Order: sequence, then C-alpha cells, then structure tokens
Amino acid sequence: MTQSQTRAETRADSGARTVGCDIAIIGGGPVGLTLAIALKRFAPGMEIVLVDARPLAVPKDERSTAISAGVSSVFDAIGVWAPMAKGAEPIRSMKITDSGKGDLYRPLFLGFEGHVGSGQPFAHMVPNRITAEALIGAITDCGVEVIAPDKVVDRDISNPVKARLTLESGTTIEAALVIGADGGRSALRAMAGIDVIRHDYDQMGLVATIGHEFDHDGVAYEHFLPAGPFASLPLPDRQSSLVWTERTKDAQALMALDEDAIAREIEQRMGSTLGKVTLKSPVQGFPLAMVLARSMVAERLALVGDAAHVVHPIAGQGLNLGLKDVAALAEVIIEAARIGEDIGAPDVLERYQRWRRFDTALMAMVTDGMNRLFSNDIAPVRIARDIGLGVVDRIGPLKKAMIGHAAGISGSDGPKLLRGIGI
Amino acid sequence: MSDTTINPAEIDRFNAMADEWWDPTGKFRPLHKFNPVRLAYIREKVIGHFGLDGLAREPFKGLSILDVGCGGGLLCEPMARLGATVTGIDPGDKNVKIAALHAERSGLEIDYRAVTAESLVEKGEQFDVVLNMEVVEHVADVDLYLSSCAKLVKPGGLMFVATINRTARAFALAIVGAEYVLKWLPRGTHQYSKFVTPEEITSVLKRSKMTIADRCGVSYAPLEDRWRKSRDMGVNYMILAAKPRGN
Repeated sequence: MTQSQTRAETRADSGARTVGCDIAIIGGGPVGLTLAIALKRFAPGMEIVLVDARPLAVPKDERSTAISAGVSSVFDAIGVWAPMAKGAEPIRSMKITDSGKGDLYRPLFLGFEGHVGSGQPFAHMVPNRITAEALIGAITDCGVEVIAPDKVVDRDISNPVKARLTLESGTTIEAALVIGADGGRSALRAMAGIDVIRHDYDQMGLVATIGHEFDHDGVAYEHFLPAGPFASLPLPDRQSSLVWTERTKDAQALMALDEDAIAREIEQRMGSTLGKVTLKSPVQGFPLAMVLARSMVAERLALVGDAAHVVHPIAGQGLNLGLKDVAALAEVIIEAARIGEDIGAPDVLERYQRWRRFDTALMAMVTDGMNRLFSNDIAPVRIARDIGLGVVDRIGPLKKAMIGHAAGISGSDGPKLLRGIGI
Repeated sequence: MSDTTINPAEIDRFNAMADEWWDPTGKFRPLHKFNPVRLAYIREKVIGHFGLDGLAREPFKGLSILDVGCGGGLLCEPMARLGATVTGIDPGDKNVKIAALHAERSGLEIDYRAVTAESLVEKGEQFDVVLNMEVVEHVADVDLYLSSCAKLVKPGGLMFVATINRTARAFALAIVGAEYVLKWLPRGTHQYSKFVTPEEITSVLKRSKMTIADRCGVSYAPLEDRWRKSRDMGVNYMILAAKPRGN
C-alpha cells in the first residue's frame, strides 16, 4: 500500500527483473485463482502477482467436482458463478446407505432432501474444465499479473517488511505477503520450514466417470462399504462421477482389470439403483493421506488449500475447505489493508490462522474418524453406526446441522464470501 | 518550548519499553490488539467527514494528520499507508527514533519529532486531523493539553480522543485486571486518579469551540480476543470532535 509496495519493475542488464507487489500468490489452481480474483474484486488497488509452475491453461480434465452451496456463494460473490452454473448439474438430494458389497437392496439410513435455503440445491457437480475456464477468464480480466510457467526456488525474509522470492527464470518478486496455494506438496511450506502432521492410510482413492441405465434424478449416493466410502455424484445425461476408496492392494488389482470387469465391480459396489454401468473414463487412483500443516502461517506467508491441509476425501471437503480458507484470508487481508495495516504483519496473519485452524483440524478429525468408523465390517460397530445414522435421520436439528456443514454454510459468524456477501 | 504538560516519570517508563513497541506478542500486545478497532473508527469517520473515496487505495491522500503521543508509530504507519501526510510527535526521544527507523524500513515517509503539542501551537502549525489516542490518561494537565490540541486542528478539521473512563469498572478492568491479573500491561502503566470522564473531555473541547460529532465505547470480547465498538463508555471510549469552519 506504500510506494515500496506498489508494483515497480526494474530490469537489470542481465535480463533478470524484479517485480514489486502487495501479494504474491504461488499456485494457479482453483484455490489460488479464486483468492486472486476475490482480492482484486474487493480491493482493486491491490497489486497481485500469481505464479504457477505450469502454463495457465484449461486442463484436459474430464472430471467434475462437487461444489457445495457455501462455495458456490463464494464464486457468486466474485462474479464467476454464472458461467459455471450453466454447465453444472444440481445435486438435489443425497442418500447415504451402509451396506455390504454386493447387496442389491440398500436400506436408506440417512437422506438429505432437497434444499438448504431459498430454492438452492445443497451442491452442484461442476466439470473441472468449466471451473478452470471461468476462473482463468476472470483472472485475465481483473488485472492480476500472471507469471507462468515459472517456479519459486528461493524465499528470503531477511527484510522485515517484505519477502523476496527468486524464481527459476531469475525473476525476483518482492511482496508484503506471500500466499502458498501450491498444493499438498507445497514448496513454500517446505521453504518456510513448516512441519506437517501426516497420516498415511493403506487406502487409495479411486475416481471414474460412468454411464448408467437409469436416471439418477439429481441424487447423490454415498454407500459406506466395508472397504470405505463409495460416492456417486450426478452428472448430466445419465452419467455419474464416482469417488471411492479401496485398500491399496485391492485398488491395484481392480485397476488392472479390463473395462467390462471394472464396470461389473462397480455395479456390485453401487447396488441396483442405477442399473447397468459402463465406464466413460479410465479409473484413476491416488494414495490417501491426511496432511495437516502444523501452522497455516509463517513470516510473511499464509498457506491456503491443500498446502495447509489435505483431508481424507470421504466427505468431499477438500476444495470446500480450501475455498473456506480463501474466504477467510481475503476478508482478513482486505480489512487490514482498509485500515492501513501491514497486510503481512504477524498479528494480521494470526487472525487468519485463528479463524481457520479449528475448522480445519475438526474436519480432518471428523473425516478421519468417519473413515475409521465406516471402513470396517465388525458387526457390533456396524450395528452401532447404523443406529447412530438412523437416529440422526430422525432428529431434525442435528440433521439440519449436518446438511449445513456438508453444504459449507454453517455458522453466521463465518467469512462473508461464504455467505455470498461482498467484503 | 513549553514542557508543562509532560510528567517526567511517565517519559522514562515508556522510553524503557520503546524497543518492544513493534512486537505484537510483546509488552505492547494489548495496543496491537486494540489497534484495528480504533483504526477502523478513524477510517470510517474521516472518510465520512471529508467525503473521501472509500474504494481508493489511498483514501487519505491530501490530508494532514497529527498523532500526538505517537509512541513507536503504531497509528502513524497505517495513516501513512492510507495516503495521509503524517506527523507524529512524542516527548520520548527514543520512541521517536525507533518510530522513524521503523517507518524507513517500511518505506513510509513520516515526520517524527520529539516535541510537545504546546510547541507546535507556538509555531502555529495546524492539521486536518489530530489524533489523541490513549494519551490523555498520561498527561499532567488535561485541560491545558486538550485545549492545546484543539488549537492544532484546522477549521473544518477533526480531533479524535480515545482514553479510559474514571469509573469503578475501569479501575477493576484497566488496572486490577490488565496490570495485576492478566499482566497485559506493566504495573503502574495507569493511575486511577488520572483517568478522565467523557464529560470532562467534552467540556474542555466545548470551551475550545469544538463540537462533539460522535462518541462510543470500546469493549473487549474475551472469547474472540478482540476489541469491538460498543455503546458502553464505562471503561474505554472514543470521542470525535469537529472544529467548525471559520473558527
């Protein structure tokens, strides 16, 4: 916000240049892009540079992501939701069952009906390509300087009021605040020496897109199978996106099968609801781990999204958590800048950490706990959890709170963007 | 130079603590915690009074602001970032040096001087906005001090006063609580007898031909560990006074 913080560009004879800015966002995934757009939208005077290791382009990605109502409010507030909504499939209800693999009939233990609020589905399935298109389009329009492909090779914090990043190309960035949005294996996190709490599950997450015989009617299913949760999320035209977990050994065996055999395996796990299944994409697998950064902030650095926390994907909360970080951090930064504070000062960053830390740790514990609770077939445990879910289904307020949390809109004192309000 | 409002014992105490001004986890943590609520108040009122553009990167551009008792510069730097031309005065020589050093490191231009409000009056200097934040409770002669500050406000300008009320609750919270129980502040930071009531401040300001534009309380919310504006002026409070044009 000062002269030294306004963008000043100098180029030495060697060709290496120095870019001065208020905020340098490292990582051009949905989380980094959304943060950059939100900051520019509500604090247009702020100078923002975004760096990504890959060229900023719409990925060839056929998958879709469940976007909760809270997150679509964030997209709406920053003006990118309209193009996304066009290509999105609303999830009108969600059904949860607890069954053995191969059971055709699945008793319903928990059903989330319809809407969270005024005619709003509690989530949408949005193709990743459409999300990327909307965000990249907006970033180009809003005046964020994008440096890509390039990556950070050094972080220097010897100057107490600005961090200095050196990029592979030789370019130097000076920023009052650096934001690490560079994913689960965050280089910024490592450079800052922030430790992680890590738990490796002997499980793999599997994703695939399928076509099926019957209409899904906008229903998302989550089956708690002995090997772990299995979710099908509605896509347009009798297609669904699948996310499920298997023990590592079983996942590898499954992926080695031919397409037809895989489709039969999937039918077994899904039950009979959607009829005959065909594969529309190869099955992709990734090892599951829970990673929680011991701190979300360091000197002139804030971590957001997977750089701060990778949770078990059981509840589909990864992107949702990341965008909650974005909503909280954008609000903290903009409010600090408005009253003339140094946006990278430790007490400012502490406000962000304080706001997000509890929710993040809670979500990590809950999803980890849910996974442990559901990933086993011991009869007493199964009976207990069935009774538990059955009880939840009958208690209105508790169920409402769970829907609210799944929709990402719980709490009236949460960040404004999550409530669809400008900062 | 007239030093009549300065209490020498107070200067020494703050000089000793000056090194720690800028550590948000150190001795001045309470002031760092307190800063956002008073900055937000100043921003809101200054933008409203002068009809400034709240969306601008530097909405205070073109305004001159004087911070009396500037300490390490905790208020001056944000004012400068918002675009104001800032002068910070403090009787503590060491404070002023630390503040100037920090501003230079932050790339901010701030005019820091180890002088008193009275000496600026003698030189006939005036400012659009005069800040009197958490100072009144430390001066020897409140009447003389506030009337000097009022003379430093340009016609059409504003003066902010933030301080602690002289009530039983203020004694319990600001002295027993903050100094003895929570140990937020070193013992002896505040003396009950020097706390000032809003009525006392109002009457001095009115005698100096200022009009009271706003008053509000500032309360601590322990669960959130943050200060908020409130209607309760029984402990910490702020008063905004305006100097009419052509006065």
